[in-house]
Amino acid sequence: MSTTTLERESKTAKPSPRAQGAKKTVELKETIIEIVSDSGEGAQRCGQSLAQIAAKMGNGVWTVEIIPAEIQPPARSVAGASGNRVRIGSEAITNGGDEADLVVAFNEQVLLGRVRAGELKPGCIILLESMWRNDRNPAIAASYAATYDELVKAGYKVYEIPMEQECRKLVSDPRRGKNMFVMGMLCSLYSLDRDLAREQIGITFGKKDQKIIKTNTDLLEAGWDWAAANLDFQFSIPAKRATEPQLVINGNTSLALGVLASGMEICAMYPITPATSVSHYLSDVFERVGGLVHQAEDEIAACAFAVGASYAGKCTVTVTSGPGYSLKQEAIGLAVMCEIPLVVINVQRGGPSTGQPTKGEQGDLLTSIYGSHGDAPKVVIAPSSIEDCFYSVITARKIAETFNMVVVVLSDANLATGQQPFPRPQFSEDWLAPPYDQSELPTGAKPYDWDATTGLARRFIPGQPHGMHTLTGLAHDRDSHVAYDPLINEEGLRHRSLKLAALQKTLLPPKLYGDEKGDLLVIGWGSTKGAIEEAVGRLRAEGLKVSSMHLQFLQPMASGLKEIMQRFKKVITIESNWSDDLKDQLIDEENRRYSALAMMLRARTLIDVDCWSEVRGRPIKPGIVADVLRAKLQK
Amino acid sequence: MTLETTHCLLRMYEEHHALEDYQGGVPRWCNGCGDNAILAAMQRLCRDNDLRPEKTMFVSGIGCSSRLPHYMKTYGFHGIHGRALPVAEGIKMARPDLNVFVNTGDGDCCSIGAAHWIHAIRYNMNMVVVLHDNHVYGLTKKQASPTSPRGLKSNTTPRGAYLEALNPLTVTLGIQNVSFVAQAVDWIPEVLYDIFSAAFHHRGLSFVRVLQRCPEFLPKMFDPWLQDPQKTMLLTHEKGLKLSANLAKVYKNQRQHDPLDLNAAREIASIDDPIPVGILYQNPEVPCYEDLRHAGQFRTSDYVKAGLEKEFDKYTVWPSDQDESKPAA
Repeated sequence: MSTTTLERESKTAKPSPRAQGAKKTVELKETIIEIVSDSGEGAQRCGQSLAQIAAKMGNGVWTVEIIPAEIQPPARSVAGASGNRVRIGSEAITNGGDEADLVVAFNEQVLLGRVRAGELKPGCIILLESMWRNDRNPAIAASYAATYDELVKAGYKVYEIPMEQECRKLVSDPRRGKNMFVMGMLCSLYSLDRDLAREQIGITFGKKDQKIIKTNTDLLEAGWDWAAANLDFQFSIPAKRATEPQLVINGNTSLALGVLASGMEICAMYPITPATSVSHYLSDVFERVGGLVHQAEDEIAACAFAVGASYAGKCTVTVTSGPGYSLKQEAIGLAVMCEIPLVVINVQRGGPSTGQPTKGEQGDLLTSIYGSHGDAPKVVIAPSSIEDCFYSVITARKIAETFNMVVVVLSDANLATGQQPFPRPQFSEDWLAPPYDQSELPTGAKPYDWDATTGLARRFIPGQPHGMHTLTGLAHDRDSHVAYDPLINEEGLRHRSLKLAALQKTLLPPKLYGDEKGDLLVIGWGSTKGAIEEAVGRLRAEGLKVSSMHLQFLQPMASGLKEIMQRFKKVITIESNWSDDLKDQLIDEENRRYSALAMMLRARTLIDVDCWSEVRGRPIKPGIVADVLRAKLQK
Repeated sequence: MTLETTHCLLRMYEEHHALEDYQGGVPRWCNGCGDNAILAAMQRLCRDNDLRPEKTMFVSGIGCSSRLPHYMKTYGFHGIHGRALPVAEGIKMARPDLNVFVNTGDGDCCSIGAAHWIHAIRYNMNMVVVLHDNHVYGLTKKQASPTSPRGLKSNTTPRGAYLEALNPLTVTLGIQNVSFVAQAVDWIPEVLYDIFSAAFHHRGLSFVRVLQRCPEFLPKMFDPWLQDPQKTMLLTHEKGLKLSANLAKVYKNQRQHDPLDLNAAREIASIDDPIPVGILYQNPEVPCYEDLRHAGQFRTSDYVKAGLEKEFDKYTVWPSDQDESKPAA
């Protein structure tokens, strides 16, 4: 079959796949590779491993998971594409980039899914499993042939590759193992380190037996040799190995390590996509450092359990995503009212309701800030990179216990599964909180002895003599007695609110990316930082006067924002949540619903902040952001 | 390594407490409310066992019953409707050294908090859970509860409750890991106290349903049982309740029941009339969740650091001049 394939390709005047003599290696500054398959064929593992190898070589790396919504979508379906995008560069990479330069597809249907989503660069190289051409089912063979022709006609460089046929020489079920063959091909094509690749097999299959490692290593070598012998192109992406140790992990692992490093001891959770892998990882390692993960009967119980544990002296974290966050609001309100420290991690997904479980969105900002009935001030912070995920949890715990507040950490599905190397953190004792104070309280001590300026009150822990009181979710006075006096209700509200101001006074204004003043200021928050800064960087290279500012603290917001915004002629936010489009017939300046951060900034600064948002369940692309900003500058 | 926190805490002196040491605010329950009897028995239990007030926690949800922590002089947690149990579980997990009591009503436990009730029995954490069951919502003024008898007229069921009442005893006894189930009535204080005492000394989750009068909304609900001692069946056993001579004279309807016999317990639980009072089931062998999870460990920062560094090592890319197999010290 391989001969037929080769003939066909030469017939369609594609570059001959048979390498003639020495190949010329083309040096790239960066590239985007996608590997897509049916679910369960291992394309994700292939992509993750490829990224690890490149990262170890010192390349900048960012990965984006391509996930179908179902566990087992039908085979060969356009909507079933499962796999990984890997962006590799010479310099640090901060986002998934624009369109792909090369796509490996295990069948033409999943490939079509990516083509239709506009994820391929014009002229993109496609490495396509060729076995479908001779499929016993004539419909499949015809579909394959038609798609192939269509793609070639569209200008893509399609290489048909007999992946399964080659793998069958080594394994009886090539459907399992093809991914490592492909990894071998890609390592060869991008001139990656062969020893590191072999080593990666050991890491990837570390928990399995030697036989499996051997088989997969053989597949890797076979893929490598096949590509070297049969493909007429090769790239290299120069890498500079870091001088400091780097961690290569995804955002959810980073959050989990942050939980460990923060010294928190209990995580109460309920399974929910895309947050669960935080708890998977914690379940595996937390007990080794004396912590525990409690899988509660539901989200409500998980949060109530966390509130109970935190109250009793062990600051606790609960991890969830949008639908779970909605359910937790009740217990979050209780923690706010009773001033119990609590860390809530929300790995955001598309909403409302069940929404898009596997896709990222920044739709929970306002519910995090304003959620829970009544006035329930909470701290909301958003990590903007994989590294930030780690430190955010430590910061969150510190703030939670210093101010006796709920701190919400807003990550999202894009950070959750994205991998990026960052400097290995140096352990600091300061990360951990000292053990809870159980010393005797003075007689007559009040559990809510609010400081008039900061609203802060010393936290009482059960076990402390003379601290006995009944905490209550009812409005209460300084003794925690139910407030029957209207002034006491107001006093409680005032002091709980003042704590936000006290925290706000400690925050520094965010640093700008670009000049201190100019024509356009772009403001973002959370996972979009890499894409926004890359877009701004491109425009600045064109000479445009654009800068960007990324907010880590969403509630409270740092001081000085208004002053910074006033130095620019226009201000726009780029967000991944809904905003009305003025081009829609009924939408005008008066009824337009702005993106969440834009709405907050407009209210806070009275500056006419515009917004642009995209909610397509995929990371925002820097190229699209650049186009939006260019248009905004011209308006 | 980690240590059990409680091992580090020495009790330096003997303490003796009086009832006043456990008496908090003046109860705002109605006169004749069964909650008063429960409160009195609880305070007596604390005193008789010399529980340190600062080491004792009363956790509740929302409802008349859930006001109880305010009337104790221990630590109290008057939380949100239906969630007393998960809050108490969190407290116990963080602090196994605390004596934890939960006060919950028939609405709080069997309606809005039903999911947590089922799972709390399964976790079997060491705490006493008192279900104040008066068959009606009192705080919100007379609505039907899951334990209201069929036909009960209330503000939400003016033509009578449509459904058969839920039986908290049979439900609880049907859950895996159940370790202690008892039933008491507010109008026999001596037995109420004895049952609380047995519940407190049982290691595991002790579920005590107390049938309790609501003089405001269902003043006549339990009259037939109050008037005729034969309508109360006392469960006695050498491993269960032992009746005083005086009590035995009044309540002649007695049944020998071995609390280890789960099948008999289930059969007794399903009897509405006469009301069974006593320990239906007790199995001290059921493991507690907090023990299975090794709660209450004490960690040093070196211990956390070692664990963390080990995790970092798994994901670290070392600079080229360092041997990858030998991480930097």
